[in-house]
Amino acid sequence: MTDHHNAYDGLLGGDASQWAFGTDFEDPLAGVDTTLPEGADAAALAAYCLMLGDDALIYSHRLSEWASNAPDLEEDIALANVALDLLGQARLLLARAAAADPDAVPALPPGSPVPPEDALAFFRDEHAFRNVRLVEAENGDFAVTVVRLLVFSTYRLALVQRLATSRDPVLSAIAAKAVKELTYHRDYAGRWFLTLARGTEESRRRLVRGLDLVWPLHDELFVAHDVERLVAEQGVGVDPASVADEVDVLLEQVFSVSGLERPRLPRTGSVAGGTGRHGRHSEGMGRLLAEMQVVARAHPTGRW
Amino acid sequence: MTVSEADQLVDFEATIARHDRIEPRDWMPEKYRATLVRQVAQHAHSEIIGMQPEGNWITRAPSLRRKAILLAKVQDEAGHGLYLYSACETLGASRQDLTLKLIEGRQKYSSIFNYPTLSYADVGTIGWLVDGAAIANQVPLCRTSYGPYGRAMIRICKEESFHQRQGFELLSTMMRGTDAQRAMVQESVDRFWWPALMMFGPPDVDSPNTEQSMAWGIKRDTNDELRQKFVDMTVPQARALGVTLPDPDLVWDEERQAHDFAQPDWDEFATVVKGSGPCNAQRIAHRRRAHEDGAWVREAATAFAHGGLEARSARTSTSVDESGAPAAQRGLEARSARTSTSVVARGGLEAQTSTSVEASTP
Repeated sequence: MTDHHNAYDGLLGGDASQWAFGTDFEDPLAGVDTTLPEGADAAALAAYCLMLGDDALIYSHRLSEWASNAPDLEEDIALANVALDLLGQARLLLARAAAADPDAVPALPPGSPVPPEDALAFFRDEHAFRNVRLVEAENGDFAVTVVRLLVFSTYRLALVQRLATSRDPVLSAIAAKAVKELTYHRDYAGRWFLTLARGTEESRRRLVRGLDLVWPLHDELFVAHDVERLVAEQGVGVDPASVADEVDVLLEQVFSVSGLERPRLPRTGSVAGGTGRHGRHSEGMGRLLAEMQVVARAHPTGRW
Repeated sequence: MTVSEADQLVDFEATIARHDRIEPRDWMPEKYRATLVRQVAQHAHSEIIGMQPEGNWITRAPSLRRKAILLAKVQDEAGHGLYLYSACETLGASRQDLTLKLIEGRQKYSSIFNYPTLSYADVGTIGWLVDGAAIANQVPLCRTSYGPYGRAMIRICKEESFHQRQGFELLSTMMRGTDAQRAMVQESVDRFWWPALMMFGPPDVDSPNTEQSMAWGIKRDTNDELRQKFVDMTVPQARALGVTLPDPDLVWDEERQAHDFAQPDWDEFATVVKGSGPCNAQRIAHRRRAHEDGAWVREAATAFAHGGLEARSARTSTSVDESGAPAAQRGLEARSARTSTSVVARGGLEAQTSTSVEASTP
């Protein structure tokens, strides 16, 4: 029989290969050629990566709040999977942003070992986060979570399917990986949407209420920011307006089989003409960041 | 005891004596079954409650890499809970019933999780000391006499070993950081050392269940033997980290070829076991809230698997639709004035097992 005691022997050895995640921080893009494609604007590409990266980072954060709180163990595990996938996408996208435009990374005290992805995640202020407001909203109950995940994963899957042909080989590779992950996320959300719609009166009532809560933030996903239009023109990014019809058809299929119609509710308004992509967020975003950043900011020269 | 039961007991004891596994369909003494359900359920509960103290730091993890490691670890614990509840189900228990016993305080979980996590270093300390102690307790269980439990433990021990390395690696990285980080690690080790020693249970002289459990091959080593082994393994690791274990009596005994060490405060242990630890009430309240908040979701999933709303309305329907559509479908359409005409209602189970959003649509 295998000697499971060898776990202990491994702790003190000098061989780094035994460690699951290495013995220190590793750049997620280590060994990858991050040269910009010809004609691509470095600052715009970085800003675009932050938009997609922040969507993933902030939504991952919200979904991770479900840990130990889900309706059953299977759902705890599934939601953690989704959160981990998105966190992985966020790390790659933030690292891509930092490599494209080092000026996008906040300055830290001299000698700080904090890597660029963490400087971006933990040392930017709220107005510098470029995620859509849909992903920062509080989770609500499981029905609200399912509706939000269905809308977000349908939108993001359509986006990364197109992004897989980006002229930037790094973005293209990140997108290809994300396609597989988001296909599962959309499937998971779609199955639960149907289950809740057709399970009990109570689950249907909660689902309808969830739709009413989530839907007003849906339109914002498809309104292109100048940066998104520019990177789309340069062939490195995707104009979100271009996926609106496809997302609409897909969501209609789910609504239809669930016997529901999309709510007819006014969209959530902008703030001084801007939305999440301009760094204008909802009230809960400040609290989310305060929690997420508190330990990192207390130790700006810390090593984790 | 009937003759055939006496024969079965002889077979059972022969299996134990050969160190073979008892499997779910084998005859077993009722007390063996009850002891196993108690032990495996407590182990499952410990995994599930153990998600809370570490989950406490997921949203504050100070780097994205640490956040991924911690979230994956808490997810693993949910997985361990699943395997163990499943092992329990092979003995005739149900997860629902065991969960109720947990939140009603009728079954226990490891007392270590009644201590709070107060700094990020605690994430590392729990991995290193708490998971380390758990492994020392659990490695012998890979050879336990009950098959499903032993096989679950093999997988769990592998993952726990992984967690222990991750915890040790976090502490070792922090010790290479700032003075404030090193102080954070030491403070955390000071708090968790004694509770970690308590994880092996009371001294052998005060452990009422040990003797029978060892005779049945459910348990393989005594509490004191395991505690000694843990201390002997941990001392060189502490030295390598550069932390001090908070026990002035901790010395190497050349004669015994083992460390001498002080006993933890067993009065405190008894107090925590009885429910007066710093987090007992909080941990159970959290578990109860999650369970109760999720009740409507579990009910919806069960109802959907049995045909859902459509089946319910079909049971009350007597007429046949002239379109020939299943009654279940009409039930839903009648219920929802907004239903699209393209709906093809599918059976709950069939839709539930479909593999993509598109597959559920006409």
